[in-house]
Amino acid sequence: MSSEVLLKVSGLEHRYGKHVGCTDVSFDLYPGEVLGIVGESGAGKSTLLKCLATQIEPTAGTVEYRGRDGVMRDIFALSEAERRLLLRTDWGLVHQNPRDGLRMGVSAGGNVGECLMAVGERHYGQIREQAGHWLQQVEIDLDRIDHMPETFSGGMQQRVQIARNLVTRPRLMFMDEPTGGLDVSVQARLLDLLRRLVGELGLSAIVVTHDLGVVRLLAHRLMVMQAGRVVEHGLTDQVLDDPQHPYSQLLVSSILRV
Amino acid sequence: MNEKQILLEVENLEKRFTLHMQGGVSIPVFDRASLAVRAGECLILSGASGAGKSTLLRCLYGNYLAQGGHIRVRHHGELVDLVGAEPRVVLDVRRDTLGYVSQFLRVIPRVTTVDLVMEPLLLRGVAADEARERAEALLAQLNIPRTLWQLAPATFSGGEQQRVNIARGFIAEYPVMLLDEPTASLDADNRKVVIRLIHDALARGAAIIGIFHDAEVRDAVGSSAYDVQQARIAA
Amino acid sequence: MHEPGYNFAYLDEQTKRMIRRGLLKAVAIPGHQVPFGSREMPLPYGWGTGGIQITAAILGRSDVLKVIDQGADDTTNAVSIRRFFARTAGVRTTERTREATVIQTRHRIPETPLTEGQTLVFQVPIPEPLRWMEASERETRAMHALQEYGVMRVSLYEDVARHGRIAKTYDYPVTVNERYIMSPSPIPKFDNPKLDRNPALQLFGAGRERRLYAVPPYTRVKSLDFEDHPFHVETWDQPCALCGSTTSFLDEIITDDAGTRMMVCSDTDHCTQRRAEAEDAEPMRRVAS
Repeated sequence: MSSEVLLKVSGLEHRYGKHVGCTDVSFDLYPGEVLGIVGESGAGKSTLLKCLATQIEPTAGTVEYRGRDGVMRDIFALSEAERRLLLRTDWGLVHQNPRDGLRMGVSAGGNVGECLMAVGERHYGQIREQAGHWLQQVEIDLDRIDHMPETFSGGMQQRVQIARNLVTRPRLMFMDEPTGGLDVSVQARLLDLLRRLVGELGLSAIVVTHDLGVVRLLAHRLMVMQAGRVVEHGLTDQVLDDPQHPYSQLLVSSILRV
Repeated sequence: MNEKQILLEVENLEKRFTLHMQGGVSIPVFDRASLAVRAGECLILSGASGAGKSTLLRCLYGNYLAQGGHIRVRHHGELVDLVGAEPRVVLDVRRDTLGYVSQFLRVIPRVTTVDLVMEPLLLRGVAADEARERAEALLAQLNIPRTLWQLAPATFSGGEQQRVNIARGFIAEYPVMLLDEPTASLDADNRKVVIRLIHDALARGAAIIGIFHDAEVRDAVGSSAYDVQQARIAA
Repeated sequence: MHEPGYNFAYLDEQTKRMIRRGLLKAVAIPGHQVPFGSREMPLPYGWGTGGIQITAAILGRSDVLKVIDQGADDTTNAVSIRRFFARTAGVRTTERTREATVIQTRHRIPETPLTEGQTLVFQVPIPEPLRWMEASERETRAMHALQEYGVMRVSLYEDVARHGRIAKTYDYPVTVNERYIMSPSPIPKFDNPKLDRNPALQLFGAGRERRLYAVPPYTRVKSLDFEDHPFHVETWDQPCALCGSTTSFLDEIITDDAGTRMMVCSDTDHCTQRRAEAEDAEPMRRVAS
């Protein structure tokens, strides 16, 4: 892992009028690190993720990101064009519902290839080859490259969404409940895939989930949120095996051990 | 490597559990734990059941949070304090320097036995082919049948799972190793294999802290002992 | 002299001014869609109200107007629109491309090369080339502003994946002045090359969608394609049955109930001119042989 901070978050807050979505969130993320954010519904996890991924603007605090040129930049001081470019090249965003992250009227290959075409690829054959490569990386059969996402199962759609994000070789991925809505065996397969990819590609990721099993498998670090605040933050296995904060203890004790 | 070099030292380590779910009751474990282990040494943790041996081991690995004191590990030549360290520092130390063999194998769905054992090497950047070779050799040494290598260990017997766990723990040749009842579910033959593995590790200069219920193993590998009881907080 | 009771070219002067302002902006930003206050015209949407408003806004008393529909001067719509301006503006009308100063067209560019000083006004149904890929107007505006055109290439990719080639044969998207992607209106792709560096001013009007855009003279217009699937135009294996042209866009005409077909130039003026020139040359040939 590099010793240079990749993402620096300071005092991040988002309020909806009087209601606090998230507040006083600060952390540093390094290359290759996966940060899990857990907490019950309404804890502020999704709000936080949306702020970080620039889908919404924070009402206070800063988010700084080190670009490929090594320069640290305040994300919200960039122009919208620069932010959108960042989201398309350096960053990936995996939505809980794959329909939010895919074009349902476009084939799997077209979905994965779009990001290449968006950054200037002009050779059909090469675009198709790369799309095929990444579909295989997420364990989708090459002969489904021209099929519509509607013909895919939920788990497969999710994998297409992941491939679509990976094709530009992002350095940071944001994932919102990546396994939500999938059944258990499908979840396991997807998590396995994510684990492998994160390891092989040296990705950093921020994963929001309510599922502690997901974070144990994927995340190096864990942040526990309650009522918009971070109540505990540390090594994943430490927070799960030796939770310090009352809410963390509640969360952990609530899992059914099968 | 200097044979006498301290590879891990603990100074006045304090550990307490606060159970908020039970009205905030505080359970003290120990508060003055101090020990040191050098290259080539195996320190046996002793003490009655429930005294805090496993807890101490987990604190050393960073799995449990210590409330005070220091845990210094020689990591790439420098002593690094794990108490209060950033998660990525702890992960760095775990990747290169500090290994842990727990009592139970944590099973990850769908990951095969050989993949599980290879992982610590892959994390270090070792090529997949070499990692696979070494994993298979170690599995063979631990008498795990070849037919089981491509299966996920979820359905294995307790003893088999434990041996996979041991393979995963020993493959990366960590300078410092923490062993928590590594032979608990093993038969005599496999116990001997583990003893051999421990001896090999010590011979290459590793420092080991271990909990062994089995007297045979204790006697075969231990060079010093630490009674956790002496650090226990008077109830 | 135009019919009494109407302002010159039907529209009031304020509206014409508003449209001309829009057109100036459109010319200043080639290929960029400019919103305008499209008026209710005495014909329904879908019949060329955008083109008519542009023509009305730029027409002057000395202009000579030609109107074609699918290349022909004598189809119902072309005739109606030409008569409309004859009545409300009293301007001279013509069927000869060379004589016109303003040419309003639906779905074709004349075969006869245009010259500086001529203006071509296109009738456009859907001005937004990205509309089929992205339904949100807000999003397509952002895409144009930020030059995020990946989605346009995706539709071409899908064509090649499905049909082995880019299947779009009309309303084929183009890049204007290396900046904006534009819909050239439903002209056949055969006509796309004529858009490129045309000496004439090309104006585009969509009445229902309330958008104007423009390609100033001599502007670079390039059809979208892939490196390994380059843009190419249609060809026919027969010449025009009437004038023998091998270089014009041909329509298929069914001549009797038995289904007999004939391929003829879609551009009626062009075909007529060629035949007239051939007849003039005939007596010369007879003399020579």
